[in-house]
Amino acid sequence: MLFSVSPENRPIMVASLFVIVILLAGTAYTLSTTGTAPLLSPGYLLQQLQTGSFLGICTAGMMMVILLGHIDLSMPWTLTAAAMTATAVGGEMALPTALAVGLAVGLLNGFGVAFLRIPSMIFTLGVDTVLRGLMVAQTGGFAPQDSATPLMLFLAKDRILGIPVAIFMWAGVSAIIAVMLTRTGFGRSVYATGSREAAAYLSGIRTRLVIMGAFVTSSLCAATAGVLLAGYSAKAYQGMGNVFLLPAIAAVVLGGTHILGGRGRYAGTLVGVILIVLLNSVLSIMQMPEAGRQIIYGCVIIGMLLAYGRSQRVTS
Amino acid sequence: MRQAGWKRWLMQNTGFAVALLLLAVLYFAYNLIHPRGFSSAVAIQNANETVAIAFVAMAQTLPVLLGGLDLSVGAVMTLTNCIASELLNGSPLQILLGMVVTLLAGAAFGLANGLIVVYGRIQPIIATLATGAVAIGLALLVRPKPGGDVDEDLSWALTNAVFDFAETYGLADSGNAWWLRPFADIPVPLILLAGVACLVWLPFRRSVTGRTVYAIGSAEGAAFMTGLPIARAKITAFTLGGFLAACGGLYLAIQTSSGNADIQQAGAYTLNSIAAVVLGGTSLLGGVGSAIGSIIGAMILRVISFYFRILDIDPLLQPLIEGLILLIAVSFGAIRTLRVKNQLDLFR
Repeated sequence: MLFSVSPENRPIMVASLFVIVILLAGTAYTLSTTGTAPLLSPGYLLQQLQTGSFLGICTAGMMMVILLGHIDLSMPWTLTAAAMTATAVGGEMALPTALAVGLAVGLLNGFGVAFLRIPSMIFTLGVDTVLRGLMVAQTGGFAPQDSATPLMLFLAKDRILGIPVAIFMWAGVSAIIAVMLTRTGFGRSVYATGSREAAAYLSGIRTRLVIMGAFVTSSLCAATAGVLLAGYSAKAYQGMGNVFLLPAIAAVVLGGTHILGGRGRYAGTLVGVILIVLLNSVLSIMQMPEAGRQIIYGCVIIGMLLAYGRSQRVTS
Repeated sequence: MRQAGWKRWLMQNTGFAVALLLLAVLYFAYNLIHPRGFSSAVAIQNANETVAIAFVAMAQTLPVLLGGLDLSVGAVMTLTNCIASELLNGSPLQILLGMVVTLLAGAAFGLANGLIVVYGRIQPIIATLATGAVAIGLALLVRPKPGGDVDEDLSWALTNAVFDFAETYGLADSGNAWWLRPFADIPVPLILLAGVACLVWLPFRRSVTGRTVYAIGSAEGAAFMTGLPIARAKITAFTLGGFLAACGGLYLAIQTSSGNADIQQAGAYTLNSIAAVVLGGTSLLGGVGSAIGSIIGAMILRVISFYFRILDIDPLLQPLIEGLILLIAVSFGAIRTLRVKNQLDLFR
C-alpha cells in the first residue's frame, strides 16, 4: 500500500508508478494507431536507456551537489569542454584529459563555493560562462580535431552481450555514487552538511572538503557524460551539454531529493531519470510538437511534486 | 549613537553604491573612448539594448528577495514577447488593449507561480523550472515561427528620443515646443524604465506587502510569528515579477517588431537576470537588495558588452572576457568571509 511506505521511499514509489503509467499510456497509443507495442520490446527500451545514460550520469553528479543544498550550473559547459578537449587531444590521452578537465572545474567550483562562500548558483554560472568563452576561443580561430577516438566510440556505441556499453557505464557510475552515499563516511558527511552545515561543522566534519568533494564528483560525472556523448555522436560540438541541465535538476528532484539539501536516495534519482527519458520517448512516439512537449513536461513536474514534494510551512 | 543619514544609508546599501559607482565609471569611460560619445544617438542605442534585460532583472529581484529564485522569468518574457508580437497593431485602441493584455498575461503567469509556491508548497526554484517550460510551450503555440506585426509608429516612437516620440504623435508642436527642449534628447526607453521603477517598484517597496517580502527573505519564521501576511506577500511578489517580465517582453516586441519563442534566448535572459541581480547588490540569500540595484546590475552587464564594439578585441575572446569579469565581480563577495568574526556566521 502507498500509505504504508516510509516517507523517504514515497517519491520513489510514486515515480515508479508513474513510469508504469507512461509505459502503459504509450503502449495504448501505439496499439490504437499502428497495432504494435514497441515500447515494451527490450530492444527499444535498451536503446532508450542508452541515450538516457548520458543524462543519467550527469544527474548522478548533480544529485551529490543538490544533496548539499547547492547546485551546479556549470554542468553543460563542463560536459562540452571535457568532450572538446578530449577529442582535440585525441589518442590514448583523450579520456584522462577529459577527466582532468572535469577535476579542474570541480576543484574551481568547490573552491569558490566552499572557501570563498559565493552562492553556488552564481559562482557555477560564472564558471560556465568562462568555460564557454574558453571553448569559443579555442575552437573559433582554428578548427581542432573534433572526432571521437575509437575508445570513445566503443564506450558509447558498442554492445557487450547485446547490452550497450553506455548502460554499463551508467550502472558503474550509479553503483559508485550509491555506495559512496550509503556506505562511506564521505556520503554520511554529505547528508549531514546538506541538512545543516553549521551543525556538521561543529560535530567535526570538514564541511569545506565535503563541498569540494561533491563538486568534483559532479564535474567528473559531467566530463564522463561528455566523453560518452561525443562518442555517441562521433564528434564534439559547441553547446552539446545545454539540453542536459534542466532535465538533470528535474530528475533529481522528481526522485525525491530535497532541493535545499540533506534528503534523498540515489534509487529515487535513478527512477527520476528513467521517468524523464521514457516521458520524452513516449512524447516523440506520439509526434508531439515541441510546444506540447514543453507544456506536458512542466505539468508533469508540477503534478508529481504536488503529489509528494510539498515542503512544510515555516511557522517558527 | 546616531550616524549621519547618508552614512547609514551607505552602510546598508554598500553593494548598490559600489554597483552605481562602477556603472558611472564604466559608462563615462565608454563615452570618452567612443568616437561619437556623449551623443543622444549612442545613448538611445544603448538604452534600447538595455531595457529588456533590465526589466527581467527587476522581475528576478522579487523572488530573490524572498530567498528563492525564479527560473521562469526569461520564459515569461519570451511568452509575453510572442503575445505582444501578435497584438500590437491596428487602431490605437487595439494597440492599447494589446499592451494591457500582454501585461496581464505576464502578471497572470506570475500569479500562477505564486499560487503554486504558496499553496503547493513547492520550492520556488523547482516550481518555476517547471512553469518556465510551460511558458515556453505556450509561447511556441502562440508563435511557432519567429516574426510578428508591430505597429511601426509605436515601434519608432518608443525606441527613440523624446523628440521623435512627440513628432510621431504630433504632440507638443511636433516636438518643437519650448518646454520640451530640455528633455528632447532623453531616450524614451529610459523614461519607461524609470517610470515603471518609480510607479510600480517604489510604492510596492514602501507598502506592508513589500516590507513583508523583505522580512520573509530575512527570516520567514520570524515574519510569520510577527503576524505579517506571508502568503499575500509571496503571491504579490511573484505576480509583480510576472508583470515586470511582461514589461520586458512587451518592450522587446516593440523594439524588434517581432516575437521569437527561442528556448536558448529565454534561458540566457534568465541566467543574465540572476547575474544582474547579484551585481546590483541583492543577496541571493534573500532580504537584502532592491530592484533599482538590479537595473544598475543589468546596465553594467550591457555596458561591458558595449565595450567590445569600440575596443579592438578579438570577437572570439569576448565570451571569455565577459565570463571572467562576471566571475571576478561575484568573487568580491568573498570579502565578507574575511570580516566574519564567528566561523558559524559563514554557514547561513
